[in-house]
This record gives sequence, structure tokens and C-alpha cells, in this order.
Amino acid sequence: MSAENPITQTAIDSAVAAALASINAAADLAALKAARATSVGEQSQIAKLNALVKNLPNEFKASAGQLIGKARGELNAAFATREAELFVLAERAKLAAESVDVTSAAAPTRMGARHPLSLLQDQISDVFVGMGWEIAEGPEVESEWFNFDALNFDADHPARAMQDTFFVEPVESHLVLRTHTSPVQVRSMLERDIPIYVLCPGRVFRTDELDATHTPVFHQVEGLAIDKGLTMADLRGTLEHFARIMFGEGAQIRLRPSFFPFTEPSAELDVWHPGAKGGARWVEWGGCGMVNPNVLKAAGIDPEVYSGFAFGMGIERTLMFRNDVRDMHDMVESDVRFSEQFGVNL
Amino acid sequence: MRIPLSWLAEYVDLPAGATPESVMAELVKVGLEEEGVHGFDVTGPLVVGQVLSFEAEPQSNGKTIRWCQVRVCAEGTTAADGGADVRGIVCGASNFEVGDKVVVCLPGAVLPGDFNIAARSTYGHISDGMMASARELNLSDDHAGIIRLQAMGLDPKVGTDALELLHLDEQAAEVNVTPDRGYCFSVRGIARELSHATGADFRDPKSNAHIEHAEGFGLIVDDKAPIRDAICTQRVVLRVVKGIDPTKPTPPWMVARLKMAGMRSISLVVDITNYTMLELGQPTHAYDLDKFMGAMTIRRANLGETLKTLDGQERKLDPEDLVIADENGAVGLAGVMGGESTEVSASTVNVLIEAAHFEPISIARSARRHKLSSEASKRFERGVDPRMADNAAARVVQLLEVHAMGAADRLGADYRAEVVHKPIWLPAEFATELVGVVYGAEEITKILQQIGCVVAEVEGGFEVLAPTWRPDITHKTDLVEEIARIGGYHRIPSRLPIAPPGRGLSATQKRRRGVITALAGSGHTEVLTYPFLSTEANLWFSQTKSRPVVRLANPLQEDAAEMRTSMLPGLIDAAKRNFSRGLTDLAIFEEGSVFEPVSTIGKNPSLPVGNQMPSASELAAVKATVPAQPKHLSVLFAGNRVAAQIGVAAMPADFKDAIHAVRIAAHAVGVQITLRQASPAGFHPGRTAEVFVQSANGELSIGFAGELDPQLAQENNLPRRVAVAEISLDRLYAAAPAVVQATDIGTMPAATQDLSLVVDAALPAGELLAVIKTGAGELLEHIVLVDDYRGENVEQGKKSLTFALRFRASDRTLTQVEASEARDSAVVLANSKFGATLRA
Repeated sequence: MSAENPITQTAIDSAVAAALASINAAADLAALKAARATSVGEQSQIAKLNALVKNLPNEFKASAGQLIGKARGELNAAFATREAELFVLAERAKLAAESVDVTSAAAPTRMGARHPLSLLQDQISDVFVGMGWEIAEGPEVESEWFNFDALNFDADHPARAMQDTFFVEPVESHLVLRTHTSPVQVRSMLERDIPIYVLCPGRVFRTDELDATHTPVFHQVEGLAIDKGLTMADLRGTLEHFARIMFGEGAQIRLRPSFFPFTEPSAELDVWHPGAKGGARWVEWGGCGMVNPNVLKAAGIDPEVYSGFAFGMGIERTLMFRNDVRDMHDMVESDVRFSEQFGVNL
Repeated sequence: MRIPLSWLAEYVDLPAGATPESVMAELVKVGLEEEGVHGFDVTGPLVVGQVLSFEAEPQSNGKTIRWCQVRVCAEGTTAADGGADVRGIVCGASNFEVGDKVVVCLPGAVLPGDFNIAARSTYGHISDGMMASARELNLSDDHAGIIRLQAMGLDPKVGTDALELLHLDEQAAEVNVTPDRGYCFSVRGIARELSHATGADFRDPKSNAHIEHAEGFGLIVDDKAPIRDAICTQRVVLRVVKGIDPTKPTPPWMVARLKMAGMRSISLVVDITNYTMLELGQPTHAYDLDKFMGAMTIRRANLGETLKTLDGQERKLDPEDLVIADENGAVGLAGVMGGESTEVSASTVNVLIEAAHFEPISIARSARRHKLSSEASKRFERGVDPRMADNAAARVVQLLEVHAMGAADRLGADYRAEVVHKPIWLPAEFATELVGVVYGAEEITKILQQIGCVVAEVEGGFEVLAPTWRPDITHKTDLVEEIARIGGYHRIPSRLPIAPPGRGLSATQKRRRGVITALAGSGHTEVLTYPFLSTEANLWFSQTKSRPVVRLANPLQEDAAEMRTSMLPGLIDAAKRNFSRGLTDLAIFEEGSVFEPVSTIGKNPSLPVGNQMPSASELAAVKATVPAQPKHLSVLFAGNRVAAQIGVAAMPADFKDAIHAVRIAAHAVGVQITLRQASPAGFHPGRTAEVFVQSANGELSIGFAGELDPQLAQENNLPRRVAVAEISLDRLYAAAPAVVQATDIGTMPAATQDLSLVVDAALPAGELLAVIKTGAGELLEHIVLVDDYRGENVEQGKKSLTFALRFRASDRTLTQVEASEARDSAVVLANSKFGATLRA
């Protein structure tokens, strides 16, 4: 009678089951390492069974080896699977340990901002550059000739006294702080080739004491177009386009007769501001008109051949009703909180 | 101009229910701007009362009051407030007698200032109403006593409505008159404009009085120095009225209209001249004939001549001033203000009336010279209708006859030197071409006739003679403005003109945007400050005490009369304000102009005239007078760069912030800066750098960056450590490349090395770095200073600077040997230049 084969399917199954139990019971990578020793190490059941193989009768050796090999393969796979699982868990635990209170995040750098008056000038400039216009600039201390005489302000005309002008000492220097950006228009007409389509933003000065609605230093943007065949219809069209970009599609333009020495006919300009705080309404926005022929002549342009239109509005005023700034003081006092609320966009 | 509505209604029909607001709304359509509404702000019941009796009652406060019984309606009837016919009223005034008729404000009346009248307990009586003074009714400033109606020439029945009697229901609309429309400083002008707006008929008040011929009064016009070749006057009319009754008061309706028009009632004669001026726009003056000696001469003032004007001021006259003179000298500043010597007074019985047209420029200059803007000068400056003098004189005579019981005299004078204007040629299509609205010949003619022009339609256009009251109309464009205005601006269509292709922003404009955007994007806040500085503050950062500046002749504040030569004082002021509001961590910047005249600003030659192009040389001369105004950038830092936060201590801002801000600005326009130790005025002498850039003309200093002189900081209530920089953007831009030329980006592996060199402690790191760069040659791609060590193992007076170097070749993987060779070359050069040695 041949000897019995101890490496039975039952014995193998029992060994595998014990090993799998210890692998799956491992809670972390260190436990898994320990489980490896007991489940497939020298003292493990499967190792002990394996040690019996060499003493088996030859007829059993092959099948026993097969059974043990299969079992070992099964255990190795289980081990790898468990190891991958535990690795993921360990990583997660590490990340959990790194967590912070995100609501406590402070600013590692400062936050900057543009001044809205400077920003608004740039944004208005962009509107006109988009229409093919160019941006013209000029000096703030200006010759009276550019600020007044060339603009059809007679030396003795009361219109000259309309503007509260800062004069440079001595008064006979004939220098003033420009009272409007119109001298830039004159310089543009003298320096540029026709057709001229320019926008002149900049800082201007009048002898008004600072209060909630006045400041001696303020900003304007003026537009000038000189071409053949320009009419007040072109003026209105330009202003309407501009107003819609500034105040929304519902914006409209209304012109009222007025007087300025440098334009004729002249008009006051109201804008229908659909987004006005407290409800849509008409707002006084600026002045405009057709360039006075005397101004064209002063700039060497033949008024019998060319015509032109001009318009101008205050940047402060625009900011006040567009962005609901109530007090002029906020615009001139350099309180950083004022600029900061606008960031870099209006 | 304030226009009482009842007056306006005499010369143009007002729609039923017209209010000052509705009248203004119409006037806006034709180019007058609304200013406001005026009224007496008195509401009833106000009645005529009669004082029946009173008892004087001395009070403990020293006053004596009168306890009066006043009848306020016919006996046995009910008063306007529903109360009894006789009232007990306490009155503080004592200028009345029993039997006087007075104005009683009954309970329920409201006086100016929301003063509600009610029966109230006072001085031991129930005072059941109030007897009013002229001031309490807004009629005048007179508060010496209550109104006694007989003094106003009135004897109405008791119980009469006093509001109506005194015309306290009058209201006025105020409109702003632009300088080209002088004729609108009159009811005549406004009535005409309202007729244009509403289409109602206009009745010209010039026909109110019949013009009578008068002659024989001596009148000499002698203008020896006409201004701009214009003789001083085109028309002077003199009239004499004799035997006026100086006790006659101004009628209440005239007082009310004058008051609502913004003028005080002074005396009947003066009120009549003012009334006439308001009505016709033609100023007139009344002299006491008995004080006026001999003939009238209109002439320029004599050298040294003086005149005491009606406001009591003794004035030194200028030879350019136009005066009215009698035998004894100047008696009035023509068109501006009369003189005291011939003033009408309470005893005047014979009056000389002058109505004249004076040249606007002459009057404007006199008014400005004497800082004396009067109702008359305001009108003459803007141009008065030269044909209105005789109408105005006649109107004054008429009113003096009716209200002052005077008699028109045959004595008078009439001087005429009218300037004849040529018709203006208006091509038929010109208005359409300029306005963009199609105007037919019929409409053009109608509008121009409506505003008073004489229009002749001829081949191809119109010959237009402007009305005499419109001296502003001299050119065809002036006519177009009238056509557009009366035709209505609402008819102007909308058309967007197509500009030729533009070139976008200029290089400088793009650079400015780049600089500002980069600074705002890197944590700096833009501010805008006023450019006015005190002389002292303007010197803080000036390298020399004696440099020319732009100084204002009429600054708002004497201690802010200079235009800035540096922008830093403005930023310091801004920092101060932020500090005072508890904002102490600051990083602010400003971009703007400074004002740098090359030489002291002096008198410049007179300017070329306007309205024609100056010659090239004239233009160049004008431009040359304008001082240089370069663009600067300034920055200021105070407090912390980074505020204290979890795990990080606060990092205070210092010179590095200022220097880095300049680097950011330079980087924004593609420029590298280099630094050198410097100690300019206003800065900390040991913590400040002068900033240089490479321009086409070599190395260029663009400004300074570092820290503020701590003493200056503290004087301005700022902490000791404030970092600041100011650079010239014009100079920075001059160094900026028009087009940035790219270099190849090496993709071969880099070799990095550290280098520690021991040098004299005084050697600036920047200089050593520059030498290392040169010595290492082109394989060196990047170098940065990472440490400055002094102490153990480094000799006293020396320092060890450590640099991190990155080498790269464009065509091969660099070996450590090659990198070390390049590094060693740098060491050799640094050794020969500065005696630098490798740190052991």
C-alpha cells in the first residue's frame, strides 16, 4: 500500500485561507509586512507544506508542486492588491495631516489699484481708438494764445472772464494753467494732417475752491474731428455711440442750444443714463458744437473747405454719475480705500 | 437774469397756468439755461388792518411793547382767517399812530423762512396775528418799523388782501444768459426768446413811451483815444424832467418787480431808471440837474483825475477810462457807475436823464480795472442795442411824469454816430451743410425774420441784416446757429462718421499704460495729488535752492503757489492723510507732470491775435514760452510690505520696495536699471540709490530710489522709515527699445555654481556683480546675490558675498569643468579689480 499524500486540496485551501486572512487583516503597510512573514514566510503553513514535497513519493511530487505554486501565486497577488490599497490609504492620511484652514489665508503680497479718474480716461480713450481716433496730449501750463486767443476768446470778451483762470506770475508771461483741454485741439490742428480725429484727455485747472462738487484740479476729455462735410449729425452720432458704450445700449443723447466761443452752433449735452442710481434720467454731461470758423482760421484750416465738430466732458462728473461717487473730496484726497474699491476696472 | 412773470406776460402771452418752471423749460429750448425760481415765500391770510388804539407797556427786559387793537375787516364781518373783526396784537415797533393802516398777518399766514403765524401768548397777552415790517415780507431790508401803507401812497379799505395789494404773489424765473446774448438781460429780450420757443406773439416794449424831440442841452463827445479804433459811443440821448415830487414813493408793483428781478428799491427816481433798464436792456442814469454844472462831456479820463462813485469809493481814474463830465470834472464812470456829486437825493426836483450806448470793450476794461461789475456794465460789456437809447430815455420821462409828478422839459440832446453794418451773405445750402438738417429757403427766411433780421433772398442765398440788438451776429455761421436753434436741435439726425484708419496709442502712451498697469498689478495703488506746493515743500527734493519755478499769480492759497518740481511732496501729503485715517501700510504711486522752466519766467512779448494763423516764427515763439513739463513717476511706501499673519512676522517696507518699484516700471518698458549709492536732498543719505538706464546717448540718470530723510518723514508725522522713489518717465522712455529684439532661449542643460568672494566691506555688491558678469563671459546666463556674510572666518573690514551662478551653452551640454573655468575667470577679474579672494 502506498503512502498517503498529505498535500491535499483541503490542506492547501486551509493554508491559503489562513494566509489571506492575515493579509487582509493588515491595517497598514507595516502590518502587511508582518503578515507577509506569517502567511508566506518560512514558518507559514504553505511553507511547511512545501517542505513536505521533497519527501513525497515521486508520483505525487508533480501535482503537489502544482497545487503549492498555484496557492503561492494566489497569495502573492492578494498581497500586491492589499499593498496597493494600503499605500493609497497611507497617502491619504499624509494629505489629511497636511490640511489647513483655508479660510485663514492671508495676503502674501499687496493688492494694487488704479485711480478711477486715470482709469476712466484710459477706458474712454480705448473707445475712440477703437473707432480709429488717436489720442493727443499737451502741456498743463499753457500759453494764453493756445488756451484763449486761438479759441476765439477775445482778450476783452466777457467769455474770457467766464473761466476762472489760474495765471502764472508775472501775468505778462501770458502763461496760464490750461482751463480746458481745448488748447490740445489747437495744437493738433496745427500739427496734424487733415482729416483729424483726435481725443484729448487730461488735467485742467480752474480757481474753484474744493467742495463736494468742485475741485480746482480736474480732468476733461475732449474730442475733435476735422474733415470735409462734417455736420452736427456726425457730432450727434459720435456722442450717441460713445454714450452707449459708457452707459449701456439704452443711452441717448439730447442737445440744447448754448454758447461757447470756440464752437458755433454750440450745444449743451445731456445723456439719458439708463443705469442711474435711483432710476433712469437725463444728466448734464458736457458741451459740444461745430468748430467756430475763427478757430479753424487760427489753426490755418480753411473753413470754406473743411468743417469740424468738438465735444468735451468732465471725467469727475462722468465718474460721479456713472459710478455713483457722491463727493468730490473722495477723488482728490488720495485715500487708498477709494482707489482700491475699483481695482483695475470700472 | 430774473424775470418776474407778470412783467413777462405784458410782452408775450404766457399759456394758462404758466409757472416759473414751465417758462424756464421753454427758454431752455432756445438756449437759455435754467437757474432757479424766486418768490416772496409769503402765503395768506394777509390783510390791510387799521390801528384802533394801543397802550405802551414797558417790560422788565427794557423793551416797550405796544398792546394794540387792530381792525382787520369791516365791522361786524368775519376776517379772512374766519376770526373776529378786531384783534389784539402785541407789537415791538413804535413807528405808527392810531388810525394808521398796516399789513396784518393773521393766524395761518406763513412768512419767509417757514415762519408760521398763530395766536400766541406773549408779554401777558394773547397776540392774535402780527403787523409786518418790509423785511418780514421779503420786500426790502427795512426792519426799522412796521409797514405804514400811507407812506407807500396807499389808502386801501380795511380787510383788503395785502398779498395782492403789495404784489407779494409775484414770482420770477431765473435763467443763465450766455455772453453772446446780452439782449437777454432784459424783459424785452426774454419775451422775444419765449415767443421763439412757444410761437406766441411778441409785443415790443420799446413802444411803451412816445419819443419826443428835446434839444439845447450841451453835449460834447470827445474820444481822443478810441479803443481798437471804435469811438466810445454810437448814441447818447439826454432828457430833462423838472418839478418832480421827491416825496412820492415807488408804487408797490414796481417794488415787487424790482425785488423779484433781484434789485433793491432805493428811491423812486433810481427805481425808475433800474426798471427801465430791466425792461429794455438799456441802462440809464439820472443826475440831479441842479448839481450838474454846465454841458456834458463824454471823454477819456485825464491823467490823475479821481471820482467818488455812488458806492462811496474814491477812485483813481485811468486815461483809458471813459467818463461823463460836467464843467467841474468827472461825475460818472461811463456805463459802469455814477458819481456822488450829482447823485439824486431826497430833495431832488429837477432830473437830467442820460441814456447812451457805450462800446463794450471800453466798459469791460473799466469794470475790470476798478473791480466794479454793475448791472449797467454787465449789459454794456455784452452789447446793448444802439437803437434803444431814445426809447429808454422816453420811458424814464414817462414814468417820472406818471409816478413822480414831474414835467418833461424841452431841454435835451441827441448825439448819433451809428455804425452801419453790411448785410451778411448766407449761401442757400450753408445751414444744411453745417447742421445736417435740410432747411428750405422759406424756413430760413422765416426764422431769421423772427429773430429780427432783415432778409433778402437773392440768387444762391440770402443777404441778411442782423438786428441792432444782436451785435454778436457778424458771420454766416452765427446765422446758422440761429437757424439751428430756432428750428430745434431735436431735428438733428444721427450719423456716425468713419474716421480714417488710426495708428492706435502712441509708443509713449503705450509705455505709460504699461508702467501704470504693471505697478497697479504688483500691489501699488495709484493716487492723484494736486500739483500746487509751498515754496518750502517744493525745495525738499531740489538739488539746488536757486532754480526757476512756475509760480501762480492768483493761487487759491498763498502757501500753495508754486507748481511742483517734484511729485514726492504730494505723495507725502497723501501718506499723511492716509495715516490720519488709520491706513498705515501704504504702497502708493502717482504718474504726472512736474514743471521745470529752463530759466526764470519773465514777461513775454504780446501774443499774436486770434482768428488768424500766426506765422511759423510767431508760433515757434509762443511755443517757446511754455515751460518744460516732463512726466515723472513717484512711489511711496510706509508701514509693512507684508502684514503680520499666521506663521509670518510682519515685513516692514524699506528701500528695496522703492528700488523694486522702479525696476517694475523699467521692466514694463523693456529697460534694465543699474544703481549707484547716492545721497540727494530729501533722501536718507545712506539708504538711497541713483538710478541709471542705458540710452542711445549713453548712461542716463533717471532719478532716485531709497528712503526718505527720517527727519523729513517725522516732520510730516510719518514713521522714520518711509521708502520713496521718483524718476523721470521721459528719460526712462528714451531708453526703451522701440521694438524688443528677442534672444534665443537655450534648451541645453544648465550648470549651476555658487561663488563666495571676500572683498572690502565698503565695496558695493552691484559693482562686484558687474565684474563677475564680465569675467564669466557669455556662458553665464544668470547671476544673483544670495548672501552677505561678515564675522567669524572673515577678516575684520571685509565681507563675503555669495552669488548663485547659472551657466549654459547654446549648442552643447556644458560640463562642470567648463562652468568652473568660466567661474575662475570671473574670480581672476574680481581679484585684479577689487582684490577679491575666494572664501576659504
